[in-house]
Amino acid sequence: MNNAKSIRVDLQIIADMIEPGARVLDVGCSDGQLLDYLVTEKGVSGRGLEISPEGVNLCVAKGLSVVQGDAEEDLGYYPEDAFDFVILSQTLQATHHPDKMVKDLLRLGKRVIVSFPNFGHWRVRSYLFFHGRMPVNETLPYQWYNSPNMHFCTIKDFICMCDDMGVTIERSIALDAAGQAYRIRTNLFFANLLGEQAVFLLRKD
Amino acid sequence: MCHKIRLMSNYTNINANPYADDFPTLKVMLGKETPMRLDCGTEISNFPMAYQTYGTLNADKSNAILVTHALTGDQFAADTHPISGKSGWWSKMIGPGKAIDTNLYFVICSNVLGGCMGTVGPATINPETNQPWGVDFPIITIGDMVRAQALLLDELGIDSLFSVVGGSMGGMQALEWAAAYPERVFSCVPIATAAHHSAQNIAFYEVGRQAIMADPEWCGGRYLIEDKKPHAGLAVARMAAHITYMSEGALTQKFGRRLQDREEVTFGFEADFQIESYLRHQGISFVDRFDANSYLYVTRALDYFDLAASHGNGILAEAFRGTKVRFCVISFSSDWHYPPDESRVIVRGLTGAAANVSYVDVESDKGHDAFFFDEPNFVRVLDGFLRGAAVKRGLLDE
Repeated sequence: MNNAKSIRVDLQIIADMIEPGARVLDVGCSDGQLLDYLVTEKGVSGRGLEISPEGVNLCVAKGLSVVQGDAEEDLGYYPEDAFDFVILSQTLQATHHPDKMVKDLLRLGKRVIVSFPNFGHWRVRSYLFFHGRMPVNETLPYQWYNSPNMHFCTIKDFICMCDDMGVTIERSIALDAAGQAYRIRTNLFFANLLGEQAVFLLRKD
Repeated sequence: MCHKIRLMSNYTNINANPYADDFPTLKVMLGKETPMRLDCGTEISNFPMAYQTYGTLNADKSNAILVTHALTGDQFAADTHPISGKSGWWSKMIGPGKAIDTNLYFVICSNVLGGCMGTVGPATINPETNQPWGVDFPIITIGDMVRAQALLLDELGIDSLFSVVGGSMGGMQALEWAAAYPERVFSCVPIATAAHHSAQNIAFYEVGRQAIMADPEWCGGRYLIEDKKPHAGLAVARMAAHITYMSEGALTQKFGRRLQDREEVTFGFEADFQIESYLRHQGISFVDRFDANSYLYVTRALDYFDLAASHGNGILAEAFRGTKVRFCVISFSSDWHYPPDESRVIVRGLTGAAANVSYVDVESDKGHDAFFFDEPNFVRVLDGFLRGAAVKRGLLDE
């Protein structure tokens, strides 16, 4: 990272996948940290979609182009192939229909970047195994009954879904607790065990 | 403030002749060489348009913001109103260091076509008859209002606006600007508005128009000639409309069922309740500064507004196809006059056209009128959006 602004490691991995000057839509862009970085450091033409009023207020006040809305309702209104990259960062697990979401994203963009917490991480597995309860930790801080996350998956699950949907995985990276990145393709077993988060670059065909 | 005013009498409306041109305002004559064609097919020529400005136009004339006013607003956006004596309707928003920062921007606000504060309207003298136009004045549309504003900009030598910003009917004008003159608009902020008038809104304004026309003093629209004042009808129209500008929550909080200066109800038709007294006051203070025929014309312009129909063959996205304008659409959560869903329709049309759009639904209990108040999140969004756009326009360093 030799850029002027520094962002979270997982966001940096996403940012590195994006070509300068590209048309980008960040779905669930939160306070606009990634979008702001992409606009100022990579000169992208950036748009955001965010459900929380606080997030949208912050983004627009920063001068970012962000629409307050619900991705599961509003993505259908965007024209086909309007973007070079569509980003869904840490949001897939909170959607009602993850497969439909990925399909919708691929309609809007040539390439889609999805990141999510990996439910196959060894700590999650051991928590469930030893405690017999749904895991609660730093990356998954909610109880099962108040969690916004309704569709957890493992890295392997996600790959299987992409196969079922005929979606091509162009790149896939797992991040461990220390922020170390692994290429998933070279060793899926270990990536699925050691990766706390995963970042996938997808394209249709 | 005395709320004990009887509606049907006691009009102390002595100096209130808003159409007498006896107050200072900037004014230009438009349509001098070429007449302006109206949507209804008529042409008007050599007509006055009144406006006010704030701030300074920069050397390359790139910092102009057109602020477009709502139904009962006028050009006195940020200075004292010459008739009511109240501060301008957007004085909280326009000024040095405010969201519409007059240290940075040159702000223009003009009285709409059909208005009654110096721009040509039904109260203006028709040069052919030497009498006020009355209902012989041609029907005007939001498109006509904007065409006239474009002529004003021509007069001022401004090719392109940095932004056009307006709430309610002002938001419709902002949208019309973006659709009709995309090359003359850099950014556009439609606030608490809609891309067309809903059946419910047409219905509310029809009630208002009927109240005016049912007043015997309206005299078939010739009240100025016959020296009558249809104030009762106009006040009722204002009262009916004003209800739609406030949220139920705010009404309950502000008035509830509280009684006005009395312990018990009077078993009569006095204004027993505070809300009645408040509405009567709203009605009565309105007639001092607004012409009844203007109210008919301007509400009709609202009813006829349908951006998708006029610019997109029925498809809103088509009205914005290929636009380079930067949009910031703002709605208020408790607005039921132009509810957030109407703004979402605009946003979906804009996203469908792959436009550069931001949208914020500001949480507020103040209903439609929220845009007149300096709600912190509203101010922050408007200020931030304009500054972001100013950087892109080269008016501000990053």
